[in-house]
Amino acid sequence: MALLEVTDLRVHFKTDDGVVKAVDGVSYTVDRGQALGIVGESGSGKSVSSLTVMGLTRFAGNADISGSIVFDGVDLLSASDEDMRRLRGNEVAMIFQDPLSSLHPFYKVGTQLVEAIQTHQHVSRGAAWDRSGQLLELVGIPEARKRLDHYPHEFSGGMRQRAMIAMALSNDPKVLIADEPTTALDVTVQAQILELIAKLQAELGMGVVIITHDLGVVAEVADEIAVMYAGRIVERGKTDTLFDSPAHPYTWGLLESIPKLTGPREEELIPIPGRPPSLIHRPSGCAFHPRCPYVREEHKKIDPHLEPVPEDGGHSVACLLAPNTRRELWAKLSAGEEPEQARAEVPLQ
Amino acid sequence: MSENLVEVRDLVKHFPITQGIVFQKKVGAVRAVDGISFDVRKGETLGIVGETGCGKSTTAKLLMRLLTPTSGSIKFEDEEIGYVSGSKLKQLRREMQMIFQDPYSSLNPRKTVGAIIGDPFIVHAIDRNDKSRRKKVQELMEQVGLNPEHYNRFPHEFSGGQRQRIGVARALALKPKLIVADEPVSALDVSIQAQILNLLSELQRELGLTIVFIAHDLSVVRHMCDRVGVMYLGTMVEVADNETLYSHPRHPYTGALLSAVPVADPHEARSKSRQILGGDVPSPTNPPKACRFHTRCPKAQELCWTETPALEPKTGGGLAACHYPLTDAEAADRIPAVAETYSSSAASSSPSSS
Repeated sequence: MALLEVTDLRVHFKTDDGVVKAVDGVSYTVDRGQALGIVGESGSGKSVSSLTVMGLTRFAGNADISGSIVFDGVDLLSASDEDMRRLRGNEVAMIFQDPLSSLHPFYKVGTQLVEAIQTHQHVSRGAAWDRSGQLLELVGIPEARKRLDHYPHEFSGGMRQRAMIAMALSNDPKVLIADEPTTALDVTVQAQILELIAKLQAELGMGVVIITHDLGVVAEVADEIAVMYAGRIVERGKTDTLFDSPAHPYTWGLLESIPKLTGPREEELIPIPGRPPSLIHRPSGCAFHPRCPYVREEHKKIDPHLEPVPEDGGHSVACLLAPNTRRELWAKLSAGEEPEQARAEVPLQ
Repeated sequence: MSENLVEVRDLVKHFPITQGIVFQKKVGAVRAVDGISFDVRKGETLGIVGETGCGKSTTAKLLMRLLTPTSGSIKFEDEEIGYVSGSKLKQLRREMQMIFQDPYSSLNPRKTVGAIIGDPFIVHAIDRNDKSRRKKVQELMEQVGLNPEHYNRFPHEFSGGQRQRIGVARALALKPKLIVADEPVSALDVSIQAQILNLLSELQRELGLTIVFIAHDLSVVRHMCDRVGVMYLGTMVEVADNETLYSHPRHPYTGALLSAVPVADPHEARSKSRQILGGDVPSPTNPPKACRFHTRCPKAQELCWTETPALEPKTGGGLAACHYPLTDAEAADRIPAVAETYSSSAASSSPSSS
């Protein structure tokens, strides 16, 4: 059985402007020692879905949550606040995007780590302090013991993020959710943090969910990738599959629109036209249809579901194009053709 | 007239750290930019990359003369502009414009888009006639891909990508010769980034603009720029043509940066032997002596902490400030795929420089 199993999760927020369907039927599983990458743009629901797993959206008075989240045999959505508090930061831990605003500026880093430990373990303050020192050492902060006495503002950005990771690890979690853990950091520090997460995942056998907008980051750390668009997963598959034979036009768009460090330097990038849709007035049919170059009339009416790609184990996609058409289109696109050109050459089915 | 639009020589900007309230005593200085020299050629895009705190934004502000240099010279069209002020400075501002990083805070929320883009015409007393100004603004909006009918809308009615287009239109209003773009796409979503990058290169082709493009994202810089300068702790450590820099980096810092960029290709990610720099960037208040990179450099030897390396041409690469530059083999080890990409083209043409 999977360690974390999210099934048909829906999180809707009632607002004055209408119902915001931030997450609209998301399912995924994470096993021990496995890393799942969730990729999407801002407003695709990737953060809300993970905050819900942590039980952090349940207190929003206007949130309407349905579906199921089963962690280690326990349903987290129906768990009491008390049970949730026992789990949170203990067996399921989270690293947030902005390390400066997630650490309390008034308390020493050591004190904050001790609090995280003592919340879940009955140990003396001294023992917890020792353990905090070990944790900072584990995440590679030099002179860890001395650093416990420092305040967050005395840490650099990369060190703050390491301290956040140390705090998340303080109770040996089984699942670690990292929400854009490296977005605020420079590339050299990002490389350090990604390597650290990969190392800890291998050593401690944690399940990791890494949420990011950067395809490069997931390519390096994730075993499996889910691409989110407008509150739903539109494509899911093994990392290699997703990069070698992506099947959703949105994934193609993402892959084609990022400038690359290697390969020929093209004059023009191929952007995805338009902009991300409103989550209140979700486009009819396939939510991607207003931006999709391969749209057909019926795609505006039929809502696609995540379906397995034939002859490709573990790969599923929510697209109304026929599998053969998709394969031909991607072959043209990956050979460097532009979307309009590919569209003209391949009969859409 | 030389072929350089801008020439920067030994540019220094120190921000004093003071103590005391009434009698402020200088106790130190943040050496944000500490003696950099480079040229910007007419019609090219010069990229400046580096990590947080390396002085790239300060350099942009110095070029724009939003800051006055501590010492050194900035020449714009062969004229010293480093210390001009008053009406002369205002005149200068017509020739150079800036595109800012954050499209949310760089547009006044109380003004309509028309007023924001039209403001430069009023400030510089070029067109105070409402009707003809409106026409000019709408032409600009059209040019950057905005709907001219949205003239009377407010910034909050636009998405991030569209706001950045407004910023571009405002920068283009006075037909400047130089555009300084400080991280113009880093606040945007990936799918929108490409739209703005394409817009900038298109406008450059059409209008013959010279652009100084400042960014931390090496892939974006590779895509946009003709030449690239790499900054570290207030100094320029390497300047080279785009292809030379990415295929034959000579400074170990450039090598480390290139090696650290995550690549959107799982096969390649597994194959490369990533070189990870330990530690953090030292404080610019008290930078390391001699070569500033020696505290983190894998190749550092005694000479590196006693003697400051000069920015000089290196064999097989561009200009680098390093005593022990990377060899081709070392560069290829850090970034195998990059080396592969270029090996075919390098074999057919002669080596990029010697």
